[in-house]
Amino acid sequence: MAKVPVQFTLNGSEKAEFVEGGTTLLHALRDKIGDTSPKGGCHQGTCGACSVIIDGELKLSCLTLAETCGGTDIRTTSGLAEAGVLHPLQRAFLDAFATQCGFCTPGMIMAAKVLLDHTPNPSRDEVVEALSGNICRCTGYEPIIQAVLTAARANSQNAA
Amino acid sequence: MALALQTFPTVRDANAALKAAGTRYLGGGTLVVRAANEGDVLVSSLVRSTDPALSGIAVADGRARIGASVTMAAIARHPELGAIAKAARAVGGPAIRNMATVGGNLFAPAPYGDFAVTLLALDATVSTDDGELPIGDFLAKRDDNHAIVTSVSFALPKAESFRFLKVSRVKPKGVSVLSIAAALEQAGDGAVSSARIALGCMADRPMRARAAEKALIGKRLDRDGIAAALAAAGEGTSPITDPIASAWYRAEVLPVHLGRLLLT
Ligand SMILES: Cc1cc2nc3c(=O)[nH]c(=O)nc-3n(C[C@H](O)[C@H](O)[C@H](O)COP(=O)(O)OP(=O)(O)OC[C@H]3O[C@@H](n4cnc5c(N)ncnc54)[C@H](O)[C@@H]3O)c2cc1C
Ligand code: FES
Ligand code: FES
Repeated sequence: MAKVPVQFTLNGSEKAEFVEGGTTLLHALRDKIGDTSPKGGCHQGTCGACSVIIDGELKLSCLTLAETCGGTDIRTTSGLAEAGVLHPLQRAFLDAFATQCGFCTPGMIMAAKVLLDHTPNPSRDEVVEALSGNICRCTGYEPIIQAVLTAARANSQNAA
Repeated sequence: MALALQTFPTVRDANAALKAAGTRYLGGGTLVVRAANEGDVLVSSLVRSTDPALSGIAVADGRARIGASVTMAAIARHPELGAIAKAARAVGGPAIRNMATVGGNLFAPAPYGDFAVTLLALDATVSTDDGELPIGDFLAKRDDNHAIVTSVSFALPKAESFRFLKVSRVKPKGVSVLSIAAALEQAGDGAVSSARIALGCMADRPMRARAAEKALIGKRLDRDGIAAALAAAGEGTSPITDPIASAWYRAEVLPVHLGRLLLT
């Protein structure tokens, strides 16, 4: 089958690829472009490990066809650190022991990032709701919730 | 997995392309791409349309019209759709809601289709280029449908006359044990003057609880008033069995949850 061209912005830089019809964004990002931060846990939409931000909205890259992403702005966890300095969410996840095996972490961080982008000071319930599509088999969730709340506090202190 | 995707600017052209064998419409893709990921070989090519008419929400004269490509997230945050926001928020987690469309929900097999349950209770009209159908007729014939759904429309309920409940084991998100939507009108003395109750997971697709509806007319929403409706709630149901719950369990708990919904 003929390959299809697709062009989008990934973490601020232009990407152009030829993909086979039906290629998921997850597959294109990991195996074509080499951004392995989104993880393939289930390929069914259930685990959230593949979560990315497309045009400001949290989406599952395993259920998104790469071809439908032409012209979009895609953000993944690998684009968060700036000049070697971790993003406050990444820092908070490390400090709070919110990452153990780490498989869920990039998806959790993407889900947390869209939350904090819209709701800089979320309540605990809002954090739980925002992470409700992401499964973690290691931490028991509590450290993750605490990490997101800590990052929110760090952000608001920096802003003040 | 090789899947050809064709994108058309108009619904008309997309409808023409959908006539080919093995072709399915692509909404948000949460079910159809998942099926392809799981190796469903019945889908060999996908069609979608970027027609702006599919993505609009219009509220006028007490009626709402929602384009088929509108997502659950867009419904949940729309200022004029507050009465039904709860039902849109009940679908999946945040990422699923950013992808799941109204059009796709109409085709989602149980245990999915929570928003379609709401549309059934609201007696919505489903539009395609071939015309309009009451949602009950549409759902009954959906397996033979080959036309793109363009929009759904319904009279917007007052917040107090619409009730929705989704029962799931994992909170806040989680697949339905069952879902119930009820549109109830009450006379001045509190007696129910009209009732539409729709159930999810009590058949392979959303269904009306007609016997319960009938038993509510003229009754007040108190323990005695709803007793006959609860006794009749299971009439005509054939609940699904899946890893979430057995048919037996769903049938047992339906009256309990319907009771809670009616008494809130
Ligand atoms: C992890 C997970 C959790 C979920 N949780 C829920 C839940 O809690 N509640 C719930 O109700 N659902 C749930 N779903 C199911 C699904 O996400 C929703 O039902 C959603 O609304 C389906 O819409 P879609 O646009 O993604 O459909 P798609 O996958 O794009 O399409 C589904 C079917 O509908 C057809 N179709 C789509 N749009 C049209 C149209 N406009 N005209 C004609 N045919 C069309 C497609 O051809 C396909 O056969 C869940 C799914 C996943 C993966
Ligand atoms: S890999 Fe996408 S949700 Fe699990
Ligand atoms: S840290 Fe292992 S799955 Fe979350």
